[in-house]
Amino acid sequence: MSEKPEKFLAPESDSNQGVATLAIEVAAQKIDSPGSRARRRFFRHRLAMFGLVVLIIMGSAAILAPLIAPYDPAAQNLIDFRQPPSAKHWLGTDGFGRDVLSRLIYGARPSLSVGLIAVTFYELIAVILGSLAGYYGGKVDWIIMRTVDVVMTFPSLIIIIFLVAILGPGLRNTIVAIAILRWTEPTRLVRGQILSLREMDYVLAARSLGAKDSRIIRRHILPGVIAPLVVHATFGVATAILLEAALSFLNLGILPPAASWGNMMTAAQELVILEQMPWLWLPPGLAIMLAVLSINFVGDGLRDALDVTRAE
Amino acid sequence: MSRYIVNRLLVSIPVFFGITLIVFGLFALSPGDPVINIIGFASYVEMTPDQVEAVRIQFGLDQPWIIRYFRWLGDALQGDLGFPFKGSMSVTELLMDRLGPTLVLMGSSLLVSIIIGIPVGVIMGLRQYSLTDYFLTVVVFFNLSIPSFFLALGSIYIFALKLDLLPTSGMQTIGAPFSVTDRLLHLILPTMVLSSFYSGVWARYARSSILEVLGQDYIRTARAKGLLEWTVIARHAFRNALLPLVTVVTLSLPQLLGGAIIVETIFQWPGMGMLGWRATTTRDYPILMGVTLISASMILLSNLLADVLYGLVDPRIRYE
Repeated sequence: MSEKPEKFLAPESDSNQGVATLAIEVAAQKIDSPGSRARRRFFRHRLAMFGLVVLIIMGSAAILAPLIAPYDPAAQNLIDFRQPPSAKHWLGTDGFGRDVLSRLIYGARPSLSVGLIAVTFYELIAVILGSLAGYYGGKVDWIIMRTVDVVMTFPSLIIIIFLVAILGPGLRNTIVAIAILRWTEPTRLVRGQILSLREMDYVLAARSLGAKDSRIIRRHILPGVIAPLVVHATFGVATAILLEAALSFLNLGILPPAASWGNMMTAAQELVILEQMPWLWLPPGLAIMLAVLSINFVGDGLRDALDVTRAE
Repeated sequence: MSRYIVNRLLVSIPVFFGITLIVFGLFALSPGDPVINIIGFASYVEMTPDQVEAVRIQFGLDQPWIIRYFRWLGDALQGDLGFPFKGSMSVTELLMDRLGPTLVLMGSSLLVSIIIGIPVGVIMGLRQYSLTDYFLTVVVFFNLSIPSFFLALGSIYIFALKLDLLPTSGMQTIGAPFSVTDRLLHLILPTMVLSSFYSGVWARYARSSILEVLGQDYIRTARAKGLLEWTVIARHAFRNALLPLVTVVTLSLPQLLGGAIIVETIFQWPGMGMLGWRATTTRDYPILMGVTLISASMILLSNLLADVLYGLVDPRIRYE
């Protein structure tokens, strides 16, 4: 009981006090910029560091796939098919005798890149539409925000599946389908952020000092929008990877013979394969999980690091 | 209060028309001659252009899209969603058949995820930065990161194939008469898989929500009055911390319904998701339109309900 009030007065739960400590700290060490402080916090976040290391390893494996994969991922071998792991094939072979380890390494390419490209794409849309809505207000705002409302009412996976059914499966359409459905949340975020930052005292101060609109937007508004957007985008990559995996699993995303972690698991819908050949579905499943987990950890670290109201 | 409800209703109307326009537009823009979908490719190739035209006129496909849209909308509002390209049941009958199982699965998953997720989040919040908090944070991150189909395959592998405790798929044992126990046994695995992700989501919300409330002045006041810590938390913190979750839960219903597709497909659960997925592989557009329209309308309705509920429990909202 006695420790509770103390905890309650801890700086992280009281933003005023946080700002005060921050101000003192800034006065004491003149070179401590917000950027270096954020970097220090991020590198101290253990889970985020773990995630970063895993992602660097996975990313390098994806880039260097031709050099490190022991076999051609599409090379079929109809004699050695569905072989359990051995010295020759570390993770065994699939139904066409393709080397599972090589497919796992090559599979990192679409799985990681779809997430990155789709998110970059829709965050750009969000910045443009969100700024338009926040900056102009009125009719433009109404139209954009009602469209957001409508799109947000659709169960995203259902619409993505139907979009892919109409557009046809494949890498490009998977990216397009994810982007069409996911731009709404960041658009709201950007708009809300611009609306509230526009009214800040420091923006007023800059304006009364005669700063041009372009300078105010560049120096005072955009940095405030970018921090939460980067955090959102990081978690967005995790969601996009899960979506791509689900689509490929359902044969609506990356189609074989190209390898992706999702489509490597499609075969396991057969109970015989599920029960007797775990080497076919366990490694890609763990790979997806590890990638998504790592990105979520990094996102969590970024959120803590970029939270300007939080003191150390 | 009634003015507030009417206001929310009026806002929903343009959104509803937007939904119908998008649903119709998506399928009107889909590639391929829709006549092929109605009569099948084999007969399409054999038919003369005149016969193809006759089919087109018979199904009203020669009309401009705006007329087709209003005709479709008029029919849909009266409960007529047309016939699928294959099969004798109408789309409305098919959907009515499949709605129940999906609602059962969604309902049980929502319930389980709330029962697990919210207490976990509250504990994390009350024990911030403790070992328990760190441990649960990592567990929650795992819940948020496992692809549902991987979890589904893994749970079938362990609980159905290796331990032989639960059935692998379907809604009931084939050939056996209906029994509640049998139904529940079939429900356990799909519910477990679908609720896992959302337990994580609610836990995270509940944690940050409780932390935010604990920093408020009225909690300081309650403590200053000398109330027992338990009273402060149970009477002052909980209520205010858990209210926003009403909105969060209803706003995530679309994603829950989307997740049901994968779970239903893997577990062969005969709901709307499985119907939609099958219709995707055969490009049965009337079914797809029906599933999309029904699910979007259901979600619009539940959002409306959430707004009203929230206005009821939090009087401040009504005056904004």
